[in-house]
Amino acid sequence: MSLIQNFDLYAPKLVDRKEYICSGHRACQGCGEVLGVRLVCKALGDETVIANATGCMEIISSMYPFTAWEMPWIHVAFENAAAVASGVEAGLKALRRKGKIADRDVKVVGMAGDGGTMDIGLQALSGAMERGHDMIFVCFDNEAYMNTGIQRSSGTPMGASTTTSPAGKVSMGQKTWKKNVAEIMVAHGVPYVATVCPSYPLDLIRKVEKAKKVKGPSYIHCFTVCPTGWRSASELTVALGRLAVETLIFPLYEVEDGKYRLTVDVDNPRPIEDYLKHQGRFRHLTPDQIRMIQERVYLEYNKLMDKVENLQAWSDLKYDLGLLD
Amino acid sequence: MAKRVGMEVAIAASEAVALCNIDMAAVYPITPQSHIAEHLSDIIADGRIDAEFVTVESEHSAISCVAGASATGARVYTATSSQGLMLMHEILPIVSAMRLPVAMGIANRAVSGPLNILNDHTDIMNQRDAGWVVLFSENGQEVVDLTIQSFKIAEHPDVRLPTCVNIDGFQLTHVVEPVEFPEQKLVNKFLPPRKPFATLHPDKPATMGTFAMSDIFPEVMKAKDEALIGAKKVVLDVFAEWKKLFGREYRPVETYMADDAEFLFVTMGSMGETAEVAVNELRKEGIAAGLVKIRLWRPFPLDEFRAAVKKAKILAVMDRAIVHGGMGGPVGVEIRSALYDEKTRPAVHDYIMGLGGRDVAVTDFVKMARASLEAFKKGVRKDYEFYGVRG
Repeated sequence: MSLIQNFDLYAPKLVDRKEYICSGHRACQGCGEVLGVRLVCKALGDETVIANATGCMEIISSMYPFTAWEMPWIHVAFENAAAVASGVEAGLKALRRKGKIADRDVKVVGMAGDGGTMDIGLQALSGAMERGHDMIFVCFDNEAYMNTGIQRSSGTPMGASTTTSPAGKVSMGQKTWKKNVAEIMVAHGVPYVATVCPSYPLDLIRKVEKAKKVKGPSYIHCFTVCPTGWRSASELTVALGRLAVETLIFPLYEVEDGKYRLTVDVDNPRPIEDYLKHQGRFRHLTPDQIRMIQERVYLEYNKLMDKVENLQAWSDLKYDLGLLD
Repeated sequence: MAKRVGMEVAIAASEAVALCNIDMAAVYPITPQSHIAEHLSDIIADGRIDAEFVTVESEHSAISCVAGASATGARVYTATSSQGLMLMHEILPIVSAMRLPVAMGIANRAVSGPLNILNDHTDIMNQRDAGWVVLFSENGQEVVDLTIQSFKIAEHPDVRLPTCVNIDGFQLTHVVEPVEFPEQKLVNKFLPPRKPFATLHPDKPATMGTFAMSDIFPEVMKAKDEALIGAKKVVLDVFAEWKKLFGREYRPVETYMADDAEFLFVTMGSMGETAEVAVNELRKEGIAAGLVKIRLWRPFPLDEFRAAVKKAKILAVMDRAIVHGGMGGPVGVEIRSALYDEKTRPAVHDYIMGLGGRDVAVTDFVKMARASLEAFKKGVRKDYEFYGVRG
């Protein structure tokens, strides 16, 4: 079990020193996703079972006969991580109630990439969240099908060039706006929804810890930089995550019982170009196209801020239960 | 002695599951399976058994959900039909490769298109190579008995493979039959708590469902195949124990008046009882007819089947599915393959019939027998034909 270098000097009380996904895995240099997984696992701690979808994180961590996982971990297929996780939750619940396993809380966590969450896995995720299982689902969103070779997903942002939304003489790359799954989860009435990015480790850890305390479903959307797919320098991974937040294209917020709260304030937002220019996937964009993206970023951010300022928590509403009789 | 009751067979299947101390079930509604799901929900809602019932949003999630629960060490059940089984298809070989015990009931129904809700065996035949133990039931009592046995087979340390019991949709699921339920105390003795090989729990973290490349993948496939082939011994042991405890005898291949028969019907599922009546009719005419019923489809009981048909001259295979563009139906193909290396082998006439719920009466069996005998006498080769189909 390796330790973070100079750990004791920096953050002895803020981060679990134990590693749950250990070194020796096969992730690319500068992989933001495995950094996200590492921090999420540190926040989850020992009493956790993980159900992982097919994807980069499964491939790089579980090449038989090796495993990078210090946690109980299962992978079944691509689109069903949420369904497998709900089965694990139901199984553990029944076994605990019947006295067949130890009587203590174990959190079940489903994990998938943007494809396994937003596209092929959306139905299973919707079902699991709607049924109210006591589980967390974490989407590690690197904005395309990176494991299969950088194909577009519904998480790919407008204008990004991927292998199935290539920029060409008559194409600007991805022609659709990114699907907002965090909002879809809020619409499910999930008690806790949050967006995180490993470039903000303490914000990420605090939110995962919060999700862990929820009795019921919660959803974490983790924005993860992919140098291979984004054609960005691997040493810029953490910086790009910060730029995504500072340019407002990926705001960090949480929604507790329907009440929105911005967790990282950005006083002086930077122009979207500062974020786009470091990435080969956006290199072809014209100033007009960048302006269009900039306008959309502001629009989405204003919509979010409207909710932050105006929406009330569901738990604040005073239901008169007598009306139900 | 347990009391005999009249009960709809789908309900009886759920009652059998209720005797098995399951921890969890995940079922998605589909005709003609739905009565199993509904009655199992009732049983759990009334607190008659202590189990989680997960109302999944699809069959794909049903099988994924029970796989996850099975990985925790829980005893799990699911049931489906037709399109639902087809939707599960992707996950079925994963469950067997991961050696996760799952018990499943299948209310057999035709596969679309066109949409049809009635009985044939197309759904299960499309799952032939998934690596599951596959059993066929003929009547209500067999559904009860095989359902309970399926948990024991699936969870046996030498098997650890998912096991399914096929129940002909409507023809069996929706009819009221006399059934006898074994006593709970005896079922507990027959089916002790599951002893999993490994479980998903922080006390002893395990990694399940890893990525495997060409250096190990073929070995995993061979291990699964050997486990499935080896499951026959366990099935035989389970049948023997069942007979000892409950008196009813089961064999992988059942025979009816087959010892001296020159002509044999081969059936699977509920059609067996109709075929028995047809055999009686043919015998009255002095025809040496008999019947072979395949109860265990996977692993295929090669020795038992070869022994059962050894003396026959003609096998008329009642196939309720098609191998499109191939050699007839899946059972016919299997049987021809099983007999190819035998020194003497009967002629195999493959009849594709009873598709999409088309009724096959005693008179139809008699007609098929006559046609086969006639062709045999004339030395005409009969590969396969659609029986009673226009056009």
